[in-house]
Amino acid sequence: MTRFGTRLRVDFIACGGRGLCAEVLPELIELDDWGFPIVRADAVAPELLDQAAEAVRLCPLLALRLETLH
Amino acid sequence: MTSGVCLALGDPAGPERKGASPGLPRLLPARSAGGPASLAEHLARHGPAARTDRSRPDLIGEVAAAGLTGRGGASFPTARKLAAVAAGRGEPLVIANGTEGEPASAKDKVLLAREPHLVLDGAALAAAIVGASDAVVVTHRAVSEIVAAAVEERRAARQDRVRLRVAIAAGTFVGGEASAVANWLQHGVAKPTATPPRLAERGVRGAPTLVQNVETLAHLALIGRHGASWFRAVGTPAEPGSMLVTVTGAVRRPGVHEIAIGTRGSEILDLAGGPAEPVRALLLGGYFGSWAPAEAAMAAPFSAAGLAHLAASPGAGLVVALPFGICGLAETARVARYLAAESAGQCGPCVFGLGSIAAELSALAAGRPADVRLLRRWLGQVDGRGGCGHPTGAVRLIRSALAVFSDEVVQHADGWCCGTAGQAVLPVPSAAAMLKAARS
Repeated sequence: MTRFGTRLRVDFIACGGRGLCAEVLPELIELDDWGFPIVRADAVAPELLDQAAEAVRLCPLLALRLETLH
Repeated sequence: MTSGVCLALGDPAGPERKGASPGLPRLLPARSAGGPASLAEHLARHGPAARTDRSRPDLIGEVAAAGLTGRGGASFPTARKLAAVAAGRGEPLVIANGTEGEPASAKDKVLLAREPHLVLDGAALAAAIVGASDAVVVTHRAVSEIVAAAVEERRAARQDRVRLRVAIAAGTFVGGEASAVANWLQHGVAKPTATPPRLAERGVRGAPTLVQNVETLAHLALIGRHGASWFRAVGTPAEPGSMLVTVTGAVRRPGVHEIAIGTRGSEILDLAGGPAEPVRALLLGGYFGSWAPAEAAMAAPFSAAGLAHLAASPGAGLVVALPFGICGLAETARVARYLAAESAGQCGPCVFGLGSIAAELSALAAGRPADVRLLRRWLGQVDGRGGCGHPTGAVRLIRSALAVFSDEVVQHADGWCCGTAGQAVLPVPSAAAMLKAARS
């Protein structure tokens, strides 16, 4: 697991399981058996950063964010 | 809401007592009188409260040198929390967490009922260290009057510079989680909040907030008086000090005891009079803890290092002896249903996942058709997700049950159970009590 870079993080209190993120970014996000996102914990690869930003933008509940790891 | 809560005290300490460690007890000394220790009695025993005119880094350094860690279950280094809150912006707030929503655990209630001033000393010292002028003791309803009386006693004696206040805790399991305690104080909602922000940065009303378990603060009070090397004289070099344990289940005298960290499981059971009948397994740590086979758990030192090979840890100090004849799967299924019902209801993986897991485990425990592979899949999906550690803690307990009672899993799948229906060692509050707590 990469310790540096940018990582996706779900605020599960805000998340309603709408599932758009998994549609936009299947490379990093799958849904559990109840429709809530399981996000890969490691850093987002540079070629997926635009897609990840799009997933963050599309979340209707603002539950997904990109955070920088130090 | 004290159903199932054991408030029995351990035997008065004596040097000849089986299982007792030298230098202990520190927090729960033997006393001739019943009831809580008065301020005068407390000060006569422990001496005046720690001086707080040392520099802040000096005080935090002493705590770091002592190696004190949180006794609420997570074992986080106390000095790091103190430093984070002290470095925060604005005037901090100190919260002494005596919620103890764990149904089988009594150690915080016993500590507050017997030695409230030790906890209050610790809260006052923590406030001085981080620069707070207010500290709130959030206490289980069962002991709130004792704590309130102790605070009143100190006020009359002008004991503290810090303002101490008492609040009654939410009577729920998840209500003891640090952010839920802060949320409860500020909004009356005992549910965890999202991170970030961390409480140390922005907690109650935006103030840097220190939430420490009451036992941790009692240790802090003694470190303030006697220093780091005194603290480290018991315990292990990596995990120094003593801790309170609640010992229950199939032991002769269930109760709360103080042990040196690293004390063997068998000696812990001896403190409670020894096994009342042959023991199949021990539940270690709490309802977020782990089952371990009795023989291995009794031989192991009760410390993070000593229990690591059993995938267990001391947690909040709960030790429950499960006798042969009571089904570990049925016990775990009942606790799983309780933990699922105690979900704060905020996060999908917890609400839906724990509910599904508890139902499948219950079917397995009852000998009804159950899909163990699906159960394991769900445990994998729920692990590590959610706004707080509730789902992850529940997963830990259930996984350990499937591992330790693996023979029973096979037997149950064939419709046969080793246990006797109707008996129980792990208490869970009744639905009525939970409803009452949720509404209070």
